[in-house]
Amino acid sequence: MRQERNNIFAGIDLTLVFLYLFLVGFGWLNIYAASRTTEDVEFLSFSTKYGKQLIFICLTTPLIILILFFNSKFYEKFSSVFYIISIFSLLGLFVFGKTINGATSWYNFGVIGLQPSEFVKASTALAVAKLLSDRQYNFTLVKNQIKAFMIIFLPAFLIMLQPDAGSALIYLAFFFVLNREGLTLNYIILGVSIVLVFIGTIYFGPESIITSLFILITFFLILIIKKAGKRFLRFNWYKVVGVYLLLGVFVFGTNYFYKHVLASHQKDRFDILLGMKTDNKGIGYNSYQSELTISSGGLNGKGFLNGDLTQGDFVPEQHTDYIFSIVGEEWGFIGSSLVIIAFMLMMYRIIYLAETHSNKFGRVYGYGLASILFFHVIVNIGMVIGLLPTIGIPLPFFSYGGSSLWGFTILLFIFIRLDAHKNYDW
Amino acid sequence: MQRSFLLYFLITLVGVLFIGRLFQLQILRGQKYDPINNAAVKTQYDYPERGYVYDRNGVLILANQLSYDVMIQPNEVVPLDTLEFCSLLKIDKTSFLKRFNRAQNYASYLPSVFLKQLAKEDYAYLQEKLHHYKGFYIQKRVIREYPIKSAANVFGYISEVGESKAKKNDYYQHGELIGKAGIEKEYEDYLRGTKGKKYSHKNRFNKVTGSYKNGILDTLPSNGKDLTLTIDIELQQYAESLMKGKRGGIVAIEPSSGEILALVTAPSYDPNMLVGRKRSKNSVVLMNPNNPDKPTYDRSLMAQYAPGSPFKMMNALIGLQENVIDVNTNFRCYEGYQYGRRKNEFMGCHCGIIGRPIYLKTAIAKSCNSYFSNTFKRIVEKDNKPSEGLNNWSQHVKSFGLGDYLGYDLPAGAAGRIPTGDFYDNRINYRWNASSVISNAIGQGDVETTPIQLANFTAAIANKGFFYTPHILKKVAGKAIENKKYTVPKKTTIDAKHFEPIIEAMHEVFKTGTGKLSQIKGIEICGKTGTVENSIKIIDGVKTQAPDHSILVAFAPKENPKIAIAVFVENGGYGSTIAAPISSLIIEKYLREKISKPWVEKRMLALSLQEVYDKQKTKEIAPGKK
Repeated sequence: MRQERNNIFAGIDLTLVFLYLFLVGFGWLNIYAASRTTEDVEFLSFSTKYGKQLIFICLTTPLIILILFFNSKFYEKFSSVFYIISIFSLLGLFVFGKTINGATSWYNFGVIGLQPSEFVKASTALAVAKLLSDRQYNFTLVKNQIKAFMIIFLPAFLIMLQPDAGSALIYLAFFFVLNREGLTLNYIILGVSIVLVFIGTIYFGPESIITSLFILITFFLILIIKKAGKRFLRFNWYKVVGVYLLLGVFVFGTNYFYKHVLASHQKDRFDILLGMKTDNKGIGYNSYQSELTISSGGLNGKGFLNGDLTQGDFVPEQHTDYIFSIVGEEWGFIGSSLVIIAFMLMMYRIIYLAETHSNKFGRVYGYGLASILFFHVIVNIGMVIGLLPTIGIPLPFFSYGGSSLWGFTILLFIFIRLDAHKNYDW
Repeated sequence: MQRSFLLYFLITLVGVLFIGRLFQLQILRGQKYDPINNAAVKTQYDYPERGYVYDRNGVLILANQLSYDVMIQPNEVVPLDTLEFCSLLKIDKTSFLKRFNRAQNYASYLPSVFLKQLAKEDYAYLQEKLHHYKGFYIQKRVIREYPIKSAANVFGYISEVGESKAKKNDYYQHGELIGKAGIEKEYEDYLRGTKGKKYSHKNRFNKVTGSYKNGILDTLPSNGKDLTLTIDIELQQYAESLMKGKRGGIVAIEPSSGEILALVTAPSYDPNMLVGRKRSKNSVVLMNPNNPDKPTYDRSLMAQYAPGSPFKMMNALIGLQENVIDVNTNFRCYEGYQYGRRKNEFMGCHCGIIGRPIYLKTAIAKSCNSYFSNTFKRIVEKDNKPSEGLNNWSQHVKSFGLGDYLGYDLPAGAAGRIPTGDFYDNRINYRWNASSVISNAIGQGDVETTPIQLANFTAAIANKGFFYTPHILKKVAGKAIENKKYTVPKKTTIDAKHFEPIIEAMHEVFKTGTGKLSQIKGIEICGKTGTVENSIKIIDGVKTQAPDHSILVAFAPKENPKIAIAVFVENGGYGSTIAAPISSLIIEKYLREKISKPWVEKRMLALSLQEVYDKQKTKEIAPGKK
């Protein structure tokens, strides 16, 4: 056992490595299909997108070796340092950042741009793991819960200011981690309810939503009173009144927020998603084209490089956020299902492995990784197949972009490193 | 392990949901996906030449001509001397800017029409000058040309396909041409040919990036088929010239085949008016529903007039067939026919034979109202109930193709009207008998026919009891039509033997009767004049009765008839004064190609009824049409 410990590849989980290679490799083929322009093919070149991406992919090899080179303990020890560096990298954007498409998310180094928010996910996951795995940390204390929230929401807040709402949204994924470590599910239920009431209010209008909700609550109230007797009301009347009031305020607040506060382009995205507005040429063009492109693939797809909608550049941002639509067109239902299954397997495997960790740090980190992947996959593919509004975040390992690829590679391989060492007593 | 369940569950849920959605998109919706008809494939059409049309004698009557459009591709245009350019194209600067902006708004990287259909003489000059102006070029197009300014109603016209039609029929694309009336519409499928298709890949900016599947799906255009019509264009032109200044319709049919020799509506227009640059301006005038002349309204097919006296032959035939009269039956006429007890229930008659017995031949020759009123009464009263008698009568009449669309191959028409027993039974609070509907005996009252129906009726008499459905198409690409609808005769319900006395009587009309003055030496014309009273209308608060319509039906020669004709001249007065000379001129022209009475021809050519029409400020399209 001691010997193997010197081999940096010893004990690494080959299933995850295999899935990683599959996603990155398959992703690159689709980037090639999307960004191929003329007959002259230039791999390993900064002049084409696929060439640039291939360089980044090649460069992950030294990166991976570097990650695996360090001991697990190293990541635990230095997690606070990574986190602080991350926060400064985000703050630095406000001074040195480059604004692209209205968001100051980039450092610019000539041909290469660096997007720190892609790396901060990893350091935040480390920091959360570090905090929660502390032996003196008692998660049931509200004080400690707030500590955890602050670690999570500080980077999210800074990213929000760029503004890059999509990337900030990902930090909600840490709720799963906290839940695994003891945070009550009520937060998630509350969150989901808020989203449902929000959508309901937009879709059906505040009046009908409030009426039906009040009827529902009253119904339950009657059930409770029948069971508990009239005494229930005597002791809990302020709670009942409070629920009614809160709901009323929330629903009408939502309505006001939606109609008067939300910027019209954000509003449009919801409207189109909920089918309250069709605009296949303007703001809805992306989603419409993306759905159409995927549909056109059929069962088997049109074949690699034969997707005419892809080749004709009909889906904007297809090499980045809409990469999945190429899979749909050129590889069909079989190919796109395979990608989804690959992501599912990767997440299952991570959770499974995380649960086997005797060390809490590794487990929390693994959960963080799985949750972040989960969120990215939901938001990205959900958008591309027209189930969620347009939120621009990349598909892990797949989408074009060095920062994103490296960010996820680091996230994953730190876990693989932690996992390889889980059996050692360290 | 308990707490890991949530994430496992959610991952599974989302995975299933996503794959389900993909199934919906790719398998369910993907089936409807058309690989060719989508945004990434550009279909370019190669338009075939539309078929030519010839008359029955092989004269080219509808051809194609080249037209030249100035095209623009805005993104290639470099700054130019607008003033000089405008004078070159003979447009002003505001028009230039308007056109330029329109093209720019359409798509700056795509060509569009800048100026439509240049005059030929401008083209040669422009061709030389235009290459100085980048982004402008000339494109040839094929448009229709009518070598003979005639038969506009037969040809119809082509114009851009309607939105709904283009959606329903996947052959047509937005903006393509389609036949809209006449043979252009009826025989669109023959004339249009098949356009060639070329598929290519294109990108988001509509730029062609290569051929689609190496062109294995591409097709070549095939030109439209040439048609030969049954029309005799010379006769058509002659008949049109005779109708100048008059309103009405003429239909001439070859009885032995049902081929339409001439189909004239008046007033008409020069078909070239609906081609080329003046097209839109002209069409506004021609198709204006308030234009009292209604030049695009084909009176020969659509105007429903009371047939008047020619309908007496119908009643005579039915009388003979039903055995209620025979050639020896006679009635007496006392300047009219008293059909009711009251004094005003009296139908006047101008036959001029008072109190003496009148036989069938004389009755037709002199157009005696009393004789046919008696006959009609007998027909209706043959059965116990008048409605049964009238139904029986109506069946006979309809067997001649009256009272319904005749089935000819032109896309315009009217059913006309032949009353039945039910027609009167269904009138509320109306008790009737033969006497109360007696006007039908003389082709007035509720009977209405179109000129082509009446011409066909005449052809059926000429054939002694059968007819071929009138048609305008003779050959397709040199091959005679085989459509059974037009090549198999239809029998009437009247036996052949009953036609003999009728034909004799019609012969008598031109020998001694109402058509005497229009007889032509050497041609045995059989015919019948008609003078149709117009109902009294109130125009500007004044009770006005417009002058009678002048009608004539005839066929010639008596033996082995070559032509059957019906002439309607609105408000022309007596049948014998206008319709009779016009039809005899047409018959002579067709059978002899020479006119023996040039003075009649001259008079008819010069005759104009415009004054009569101007007096009737009625909004009705054609008097007599209900």
